Amino acid sequence: MELSFSPDELAFRAEVRAFIRDNLPEDIRAFAHRSGYYKADQVRRWQKILDSRGWAAGHWPVEFGGPGWTAVQRYIFNEELLRAPAPEPLSFNINMVGPVIYTFGTEEQKSRFLPKIRSLDWWFCQGFSEPGAGSDLAALKTSAVTDGDSYVINGQKIWTSTAQHADWMFALVRTDPKAPKKQMGISFLLIDMNTPGIDVRPIVTIDGEHHTNEVFFDNVRVPAENLIGEENKGWDYAKFLLGSERTGIARVGLSKGRMDRALELARVAPVYGGARLIEDPGFRQRALKLQVELKALEISALRIIDRQRRNPSDKPDAASSILKLRGAETQQASAELLADAAGPSAAPFFDFREMFSDNEVPQGVARADGAMRVHFAARPATIYGGASEVQKNIIAKAILGFKDKP
Amino acid sequence: MNFEYSDEQALLSDAVTRFVSDRYGLAGVRSAAETKDGVTAANWQGMADMGLLGMPFPEQAGGFGGGPVETQIVMEAFGRGHVLDPWVGGVLLPGALLSALDPARLTELVPDVATGDLVLALAHEEDGARYVTAQVVTNARRCGNGWRLSGRKVNVLAGAAANRLFVTARTAGAEADEDGISVFEVPVDAPGLSRTAYRQYDGQTVAALTLDDVSLPDGALVGDEGEAFSALELALDTATAAICAEAVGATETMLHATVDYLKTRQQFGGPLSRFQVLQHRCAEMYVAVEQARSMALYAAVSLGLEDRDERRRAISAAKVQCAESARFAGQNAVQMHGGIGVTDELLVGHLFRRTTMIERQFGDAGHHLARLDRLGGLDNQMGE
Repeated sequence: MELSFSPDELAFRAEVRAFIRDNLPEDIRAFAHRSGYYKADQVRRWQKILDSRGWAAGHWPVEFGGPGWTAVQRYIFNEELLRAPAPEPLSFNINMVGPVIYTFGTEEQKSRFLPKIRSLDWWFCQGFSEPGAGSDLAALKTSAVTDGDSYVINGQKIWTSTAQHADWMFALVRTDPKAPKKQMGISFLLIDMNTPGIDVRPIVTIDGEHHTNEVFFDNVRVPAENLIGEENKGWDYAKFLLGSERTGIARVGLSKGRMDRALELARVAPVYGGARLIEDPGFRQRALKLQVELKALEISALRIIDRQRRNPSDKPDAASSILKLRGAETQQASAELLADAAGPSAAPFFDFREMFSDNEVPQGVARADGAMRVHFAARPATIYGGASEVQKNIIAKAILGFKDKP
Repeated sequence: MNFEYSDEQALLSDAVTRFVSDRYGLAGVRSAAETKDGVTAANWQGMADMGLLGMPFPEQAGGFGGGPVETQIVMEAFGRGHVLDPWVGGVLLPGALLSALDPARLTELVPDVATGDLVLALAHEEDGARYVTAQVVTNARRCGNGWRLSGRKVNVLAGAAANRLFVTARTAGAEADEDGISVFEVPVDAPGLSRTAYRQYDGQTVAALTLDDVSLPDGALVGDEGEAFSALELALDTATAAICAEAVGATETMLHATVDYLKTRQQFGGPLSRFQVLQHRCAEMYVAVEQARSMALYAAVSLGLEDRDERRRAISAAKVQCAESARFAGQNAVQMHGGIGVTDELLVGHLFRRTTMIERQFGDAGHHLARLDRLGGLDNQMGE
């Protein structure tokens, strides 16, 4: 039993820290510090830097360009990126579609896609949710009909984050509408976003940003060679994708980074009575409770990693639902603490996209740039990637043995 | 980083789990109720036979060299089966104090503690002191070649069964000063000492001591005069880590009992388990138990830290989490059992009384948040 990192693991952490310090471009660092997020070109540039170091795809097998790290090293690497902060390798590419391709794809698909997925020459987005298929994903309707050596796609995806930047989409489509169970008629397709008939329309979210989109398909022809695995087995690949590499899902480092910034602001923020916010008992109590929760979450994540290391399994580990559930909650709590520490100076809408650039912020407002944006942007954390209620269903069924019907 | 138990630790876990399931649960509640001093003789002998009574002591002192992780294994199993026999009070807590304060004296005692012939106790808490460790009013003054002690101690764990008592008393300073606290060994038959045994709500039997000008020889002083505070704090931190693990075990049993109950209890034409609102509550309980388990482990390994403040931060953080998890899981277990949950018919009611006591024992969440606060929070992130 040894909860602290070994000397080797600590040396690795130092190496990662030094690499980020020496290689993260200054404009990315400054922008992230101000806004709490990244522009698409910054994500691309940084992932190329990581890829040239061999660090873009931490958990991929060495034969596909992975660095051969242990689970603990991968955890350390991700936490260091989040806390720095520096962009994480794009999750759609590295955690989602990449592993599906190297596990279920053909040799040709592997050599065609994997290097470009790793380097982010090809940016992938995820075409799963639809207007009628959110938490009940298997209800999806977007259809793919065989026509010669192509599929013809019609339908609509929604909440397609980063589709406006994407070169490709990995999508779940219905290839057999008559299958006896709705999960059985679904296939997993790779769709070139430049194909005629695809229309991407922005959805602006409550943080004022354009992260996500609706994507419409009007007779879009996709070569049959872009099918991954077997037709009508897409649901299995989707479950594999959603279950793989979820131990980083708690994103403890992200919350810690927000906490760092909240405390930094609280040290200078005055409060009623002449003290600073950092001395306010109510504020301190919230911050302390959050620290405790984050420590518990961190150890829970490491325990799950350790157990998976000792008992490897292809099946998703339901215990990682704890990490998603509490991880999302602490991301929100830390974002809220940050917004509260910033106070009214976070009020001016600060447009990082310069879409609404006529919003001239009055002179003299010392803006805590990004604090309010971070707070709003954290709200969907308990909704995406399996809403908190879905995580509780998973724990109830897979761990506690409750059934849908008695 | 490695969370795996060694082979020996895995064997210990199996053995203690078996021992507890054979002897405790509701049967243990009944046998504890029949004792006057809080120690069930047969079970205490069983612990001696398994080596549990000598487990936390160093091998050179005649113990079995178990560390905080072994204690965590034992206490989690004890919590699962609601063990009321005072292992923490009679073995671990006074042992940790002596180990820090006077290892030679501990070495003399260990053989008899390990066989179960000797039950130790630390009499420290005073009425009204709440959780403030340095709040010691009981006083000891030099008198010729010895000492005279006067004062009152309460809630002495294992205090009714103990045949060796260690008592904290103030030899200098004001009533909440950390400096000036000393520890004395007080014979149980010392003139002027009276003991009253009483039960707590969790079913444990403890004692109150009154010391009325108790005369002790010079050799009764344990360790250096006035210097006991940091050893005392270490001992209490050790015991705190232990009951954090106990809380994990107890809440785990309550969770499983609740899930089983919901699957069998029929209402509105079917089992209660079909209601999602109850399923989700159980899922939240599961998260609470696992988060507490993580922090109980953190507490255990932090006991070995060189840096005293780091240890104190970790123990306090763990106690905050374990207290809140115990409250959430315990109260919901009772709620979902309905009427039967508030009776003493099922183990769950007894466990709830214990976890409610654990929340407060050695400092409640508010106290430990305040201590964590004073120490600047985890990693001293909120310090000066």
